[in-house]
Amino acid sequence: MNSTALEKIKAAFPDATCTTVLDSVVVEVQPEYLESTLSRLKNDPTFNCGLLVDITGIDYLEYPTPRKFRFHVVYTLRNWQDNLLVQVRSAVPDPQAGIATVTHLWGSANWGEREVYDQYGIRFNGHPDLRRILNHWQFEGHPLRKDYPIEKGQICLETDSLENEIRSRLFENGIDETTMKDINTEIMFLNIGPSHPATHGAIRILAALDGETILANVNEIGYLHRGFEKTAENRTYNQIIPLTDRLNYCSSMINNIAYAKAVEAWLGVTITERAQFMRVVLTEFYRVLDHLVCLAAALVDMGGLTNYWYLYNEKEAAYDLISRLTGARLTSSFTRIGGMYRDFYEGWEKDLELQLRGIEKGIGDALKLVETNRIVHDRTQGVCVVSAETALSYGFTGPVLRASGVPFDLRKDAPYYNYESFDFEVPVGTTGDIYDRFMIRFYEMAQSIRIIRQAMKHIPNGPINVRNSQVCLPPKDQVYNNIEGLANHFKLIFEGVKVPAGEWYDSFEAANGELGFHFISDGSGQPYKLKVRPPCFYTMGGFHKMVEGNMIADAVINLSCINIIGGELDR
Amino acid sequence: MALGLEASLGNTVITTKLDAVVNWGRQYSLWPFIFGTACCAIEFMSAAASQHDISRFGAEVVRFSPRQADLLLVCGTISYKQAPILKRIYEQMPLPKWVVAMGACASSGGIYDNYCTVQGIDTIIPVDVYISGCPPRPEAVLDALIKIQEQIQGESVLVDRHNDFKGILD
Ligand code: SF4
Repeated sequence: MNSTALEKIKAAFPDATCTTVLDSVVVEVQPEYLESTLSRLKNDPTFNCGLLVDITGIDYLEYPTPRKFRFHVVYTLRNWQDNLLVQVRSAVPDPQAGIATVTHLWGSANWGEREVYDQYGIRFNGHPDLRRILNHWQFEGHPLRKDYPIEKGQICLETDSLENEIRSRLFENGIDETTMKDINTEIMFLNIGPSHPATHGAIRILAALDGETILANVNEIGYLHRGFEKTAENRTYNQIIPLTDRLNYCSSMINNIAYAKAVEAWLGVTITERAQFMRVVLTEFYRVLDHLVCLAAALVDMGGLTNYWYLYNEKEAAYDLISRLTGARLTSSFTRIGGMYRDFYEGWEKDLELQLRGIEKGIGDALKLVETNRIVHDRTQGVCVVSAETALSYGFTGPVLRASGVPFDLRKDAPYYNYESFDFEVPVGTTGDIYDRFMIRFYEMAQSIRIIRQAMKHIPNGPINVRNSQVCLPPKDQVYNNIEGLANHFKLIFEGVKVPAGEWYDSFEAANGELGFHFISDGSGQPYKLKVRPPCFYTMGGFHKMVEGNMIADAVINLSCINIIGGELDR
Repeated sequence: MALGLEASLGNTVITTKLDAVVNWGRQYSLWPFIFGTACCAIEFMSAAASQHDISRFGAEVVRFSPRQADLLLVCGTISYKQAPILKRIYEQMPLPKWVVAMGACASSGGIYDNYCTVQGIDTIIPVDVYISGCPPRPEAVLDALIKIQEQIQGESVLVDRHNDFKGILD
């Protein structure tokens, strides 16, 4: 497919350099053509890239092969119908003078560009609200620049008031000074979070209310920014696996697997059949766990505490199962580049099946309480509706996008690990309201359990790690008994898996949507740059589109049904 | 053998030290405020759920207002952006109050030794008990709770704790 896509793109942009890297077509353009190229890729029906997946900057300051310009930007676009993935790259001659914004093309560019500005100091001209997003407002400098020392912390003495932002948002929604002064409207500003039970973590929601109706909403994130990307630049590829656990900590192993898959894709390593099946089983199992926690917490927010015990008890039991397998309850770190840490233990299959039955019972019990419950229906149906168009524009993926009626799922549209041979369905919503977002997770759990059962039935025997001394650690008897094995072990641990120089993007259908990793390697055992494309970052970026016009109490349950996980949101 | 006051009152009253009775009360009715920011908060959820059941120790009344709580449980990474909020929450809690740093991040910054992570919350507020682990198991949370209870036993209503603390934000 990609060769024809490449031809088409080459024909459309004769001035640009086009290549294919893994599954994506990379288009390198001159800065002055960047905006027009992106706009054509979006609006031309032959390309139809409706989804701006991610934006990132690159600082080539310390890269071994020098570049003419230090800074570059990369836009990752997707046409989900035709499985076309395009990356548009451009140099940024002067970060201070900046480049043109694309916020008028995609809603997701708003937060995406703000992040690049915050981390790299590249300006986007014409951006409506260019300010820091992950770091605090008193921060000076741009941490992902190579000359920013990693340990240089900066104290923040007080939080941003967000007053200007909420006022300009009110103005955008057509509420000007005269309406505000009108005797019949009294606008109240309500701040929720960042430490509030309804925010499930550290997010700040500021709403301008008229009565209980939200007129305008702005959100602030970054309270859990832990410097994943900068830290990863100083770790070997295998050392990064524990860091990925802590992205979406409700489904830690999905991150492990997605990350390992991305590295292996570039290394050209195909993991063994058994390892592939193991990864499918574990991914789907964690998808179920992730949805369990999300639903349990969301139902508590709606006042249904009983559901919490039904759903959370199963998750608790599942933790016991997982700790029997991995040794840890939450942070599993169970993959390795080239395979898995351990095989399933003896008796795993029986334990797993027992656990699946328990989960099915928990789901059934909870569903009985909510499925035909009038209160649940009234509170969720037709509330916080988001159209498919808005959802795509803001870069929503995963269950939240599917709830709006877009059946995009990487497991179906760009299958990996034999997903095409499993028999499962992708549940899709009709209205894109809170109800759909809830129910989709219930249905997805059932589908995941289906996949797990099929995979456990067909899982082949065999090794779980590839036999490649450049990638996987040698067996322990070789390390202890011969010098080559010992040297091999030593080199891999100290220097890391050597990954050929280059730049690539690989994505994975995680519990919350498209989880992508954008790497740059300089050929050493540590990535030169590693950018995560976190699904809930972009979902949160469109939060105001969901809640404006609805009641403040709806915003609370809307937040819980989109499953924002701080570790992934802020990294 | 009774001496002094008890001798004349007989068996009609129980006398004790004020400290002992106050501490006894405080010990078994700790009201926690959960400052949950990251992964560790999920493990706190487990500690509160049925299997581990924090109410066995009298600390199940989780408050979401610092003004009603006397035990601050910091579960998760604290970034510099979060730090002023943590400090304010701590200040809003009435005395007497105790603080538990749950997990490697809250105790020392954990695996995040970098530009955005506070290297231990004891640089901002005083901490009474640290829990190791990344994340700690729910049992460890209960263990920390018992440690706090033991500590309370030895305290006096006449002594203010930590009034000379100075952190990076002071
Ligand atoms: S100590 Fe570990 S589990 Fe706890 S918040 Fe930090 S990274 Fe997460």
